[in-house]
Amino acid sequence: MKRALIWLPLGLFGVFFAVVAAGLMRPADTTVRSTLVDKPLPVFKLEPMVPGKPGLASGDFKGGKPRLLNVFASWCIPCIAEAPQLMALKARGVPIDAIAIHDKGPAIAAFLRRNGDPYAAIGDDSRSRVQMALGSSGVPETFLIDGRGRIVRQYIGDIRADQVDQIVRDVAAAGAAAR
Amino acid sequence: MIAEAGLAALWFAAMLAGLQLLLGVLALRRKDVAGEQAMAAIGPVAILQGALVAIAMGALIAVFLNTDLSVKLVAENSHSAKPWIYKFAGAWGNHEGSMLLWVTILGAGGALVAWKERTLDRATHVATLAAQGAIALGFYAFLLFASNPFARLNPAPIEGQGLNPLLQDPGLAFHPPTLYAGYVGLSVAFSFAVGALVTGQVGPAFARAMRPWVLGAWVLLTIGITAGSYWAYYELGWGGWWFWDPVENASLMPWLAATALLHSVNVLAARDGLRAWTVMLAVVAFSMSMIGTFLVRSGILTSVHAFAVDPRRGAFILALLGIYIGGALALFGSRIGQVRAGRSFAFVSREGGLVVNNLLLSVILGIVLIGTLYPLVAAGFGVRLSVGPPFFHAAAGPIALALVAVMAVGPALRWRSDDAEAVLIRMLWPMVAAAGTFALMLTLTGGMGVLSLLGLSFGVGLIVASVMPITRRNWRRTPLPIWGMVVAHVGLGVSMIGMACDSAFTAERLVALYPGQATIVGPWRVELNRIYPNIGANWSALEARLTATREGDGATLRPQQRFFTDPPTTTSESAIATRWDGQLYTVLGQQDAATGRWQLRLWWKPFVTLIWLGGALIALGGVLALVGRWFKAWQQRRREALWG
Amino acid sequence: MSLSLALLLAVATTTPDYGNTQLPDRQAEAQARALMGELRCVVCQGQSIADSDADMAADMRALVRQRIARGESPEAIRAWLIERYGDYVSYDPPLSGATALLWATPILLLAVGAWIARSSFRKRR
Repeated sequence: MKRALIWLPLGLFGVFFAVVAAGLMRPADTTVRSTLVDKPLPVFKLEPMVPGKPGLASGDFKGGKPRLLNVFASWCIPCIAEAPQLMALKARGVPIDAIAIHDKGPAIAAFLRRNGDPYAAIGDDSRSRVQMALGSSGVPETFLIDGRGRIVRQYIGDIRADQVDQIVRDVAAAGAAAR
Repeated sequence: MIAEAGLAALWFAAMLAGLQLLLGVLALRRKDVAGEQAMAAIGPVAILQGALVAIAMGALIAVFLNTDLSVKLVAENSHSAKPWIYKFAGAWGNHEGSMLLWVTILGAGGALVAWKERTLDRATHVATLAAQGAIALGFYAFLLFASNPFARLNPAPIEGQGLNPLLQDPGLAFHPPTLYAGYVGLSVAFSFAVGALVTGQVGPAFARAMRPWVLGAWVLLTIGITAGSYWAYYELGWGGWWFWDPVENASLMPWLAATALLHSVNVLAARDGLRAWTVMLAVVAFSMSMIGTFLVRSGILTSVHAFAVDPRRGAFILALLGIYIGGALALFGSRIGQVRAGRSFAFVSREGGLVVNNLLLSVILGIVLIGTLYPLVAAGFGVRLSVGPPFFHAAAGPIALALVAVMAVGPALRWRSDDAEAVLIRMLWPMVAAAGTFALMLTLTGGMGVLSLLGLSFGVGLIVASVMPITRRNWRRTPLPIWGMVVAHVGLGVSMIGMACDSAFTAERLVALYPGQATIVGPWRVELNRIYPNIGANWSALEARLTATREGDGATLRPQQRFFTDPPTTTSESAIATRWDGQLYTVLGQQDAATGRWQLRLWWKPFVTLIWLGGALIALGGVLALVGRWFKAWQQRRREALWG
Repeated sequence: MSLSLALLLAVATTTPDYGNTQLPDRQAEAQARALMGELRCVVCQGQSIADSDADMAADMRALVRQRIARGESPEAIRAWLIERYGDYVSYDPPLSGATALLWATPILLLAVGAWIARSSFRKRR
């Protein structure tokens, strides 16, 4: 019993070493993922952000066809980088809606003039209410919602050019599954 | 040129550290002339190594003061338009520089052991210096191969990237050096322990040699943690002073181990007890310093505190940890059996109290370590979670209270064995004081948290118990180390009262005001007079002028929203009015876009200053003990000189 | 829950900025404050929403205060956030298979400590 006690510290250090070495080899994923994926889209209704474009409500996602829900802001620099990919997705027939975080109508209008407008509807989420309801923690983030109002997938960060094909496939798959 | 000289000095210092290790091994293995010579040479080598690494550190400070932008580290972390004090302190406001400061203090510690240490037997002294050389060698290798502070940049940029504004504070000038000096003091204790395990000489002489280092390190760690807490308190701008953040925990763990070590080393020196405990804790204390440095540097855990992080270097430090800590613990396992057991004692005795003290401190240390690392373990199994204040309070709080009870009783216990009933009678007044405080607070205030209530009561009880040992003594003849113990224990009680008062009685006011409007926080009426621009050496700011008044008292406060350009950052600079009974803490927030009103965050924190005053008292207690021991040793030497 | 969110959004424009102002009711504010200290700001480097300058933290504070003001219990609000962000968002790790070892730590350590102490006292008598 005494012998075991003497070697206990070394054993504990061994455990510590293994844990930390494992942690070091596989750097922790620092993104905060939404745990609502595969769950129904929370109910919400947002006022329009810019004139001539409707606001957004959760009911809009129950039309039978999958849609993307983009979380963005005019003050967000990666959102500018992402804009061409969203335009490409729109061109390939993917419907995209958005919620704008902490923003003002004129700023959004200017953003859309500069970077293109891929959105069918934009909701004004000035206090991040819907963003939090979605479990989203930053901008930009994009959710894929099937035609029956279920969240299928979450894309964190700006969508890159090499992701576009995959997203088109994801949208098609979501449509097929929901049917 | 200066940078190259610094790098050369660093290389030479590294080689001398290697030589120091070799000489030590030679001196211990060989009993012939060569061994004798090695034994004689090791001291001067250690001193020279310390001098060389100091030159390297001086060179780094010089390139920072000159803002030599052809040095990569300067270009990445400094800026020509920075006040000189932040250029100076900026030398260690980054990863490479702070590691160089670490080894500089390590080298200085080794030199001091070689130069001044005379109480230890020669073999253990040599083994200690060899161990110190081995530690230094690893960290030199880390600097030279993975973190060269003197690397050049070609072409040199026109301007540097600047220093993180959160670090541009006088706190940077003394907080890291103080903590590092504390860590290094523990490295000496670690080397002593390794040396003693090699030679088998674990006894009172060993403890007496180690004690000043442990005391000094413990004092510095106490000051470093206290000052760091106050720095975070006024810099982060939300009135919090401890967040259970990984970086804070990293500094707390060595302190907990050092506190246990300090108490064990006294028992070993005075009573020849707790031999294995002392050696073990000396190993653990420095191990925790290294683990803390690793956790903070590797970026393996996220922290609020501004810190230079580089995961690529994590593996290097981890390898060093494996060698040093693993080696020392293996040595402990294989050698401690040969160290004779110390003197025996009963459970109810001063020694028994100290064993319980060590155990409870170790348990708290374990909780802090596991709580800090648990998110990492969970992530390994794909689970993401956060461990924060609710866990630490619930898990460590009750044990800390038990520890305080032991602290109160401990000094009243007799050595070897004591009578439990008599001890309870001796504890009557502290128990009355604690119970009285408890009852009073329960009736006076309705919704006080359980932990605050108990903390306050135990704090009061601890103070009463701590002053009791000197009430019946002749104060003039009471030795300084006893005073040190009393002051340090009272300090912890004072600190606990401050913590409890802050969490229970703080008044908070979050408002948006137009200039000319006023609000109430606690006993204060605070008026926002006006908002105006202000400008400093490398920042511009919006400043609020607040006039605070309460009965017979007034203060003007000027909190700022401060904008730095290099790198572009906004910080809120709090303004604090300190009174005998607490602090009024004010922060200027943003302007409300819709209404044009200004957000203000105001707190009246009764007796919050006691937290850091208590910390200062704890450190003062350590200083008194240190001075007392020195004085006694000096008296003894003088007596020997007179008679012998 | 989903209906209440819609209601909440309807009143959001008329209520004060609860991200940076307190609730008028002291007890409700104390409840909100305690909860905010235990929720992790999801965009910060390890800060609770009670100590963060981030906009998102202010939004989370506003959410907590409004729900408390509407009479929701702190635990319900915590559960609502955990449902969306996972256990990560709470600094108080819920007792589960994954955290059993964490919460057992103090007891395990005390047991080991008692064992060490017992063997060291007994041996010497």
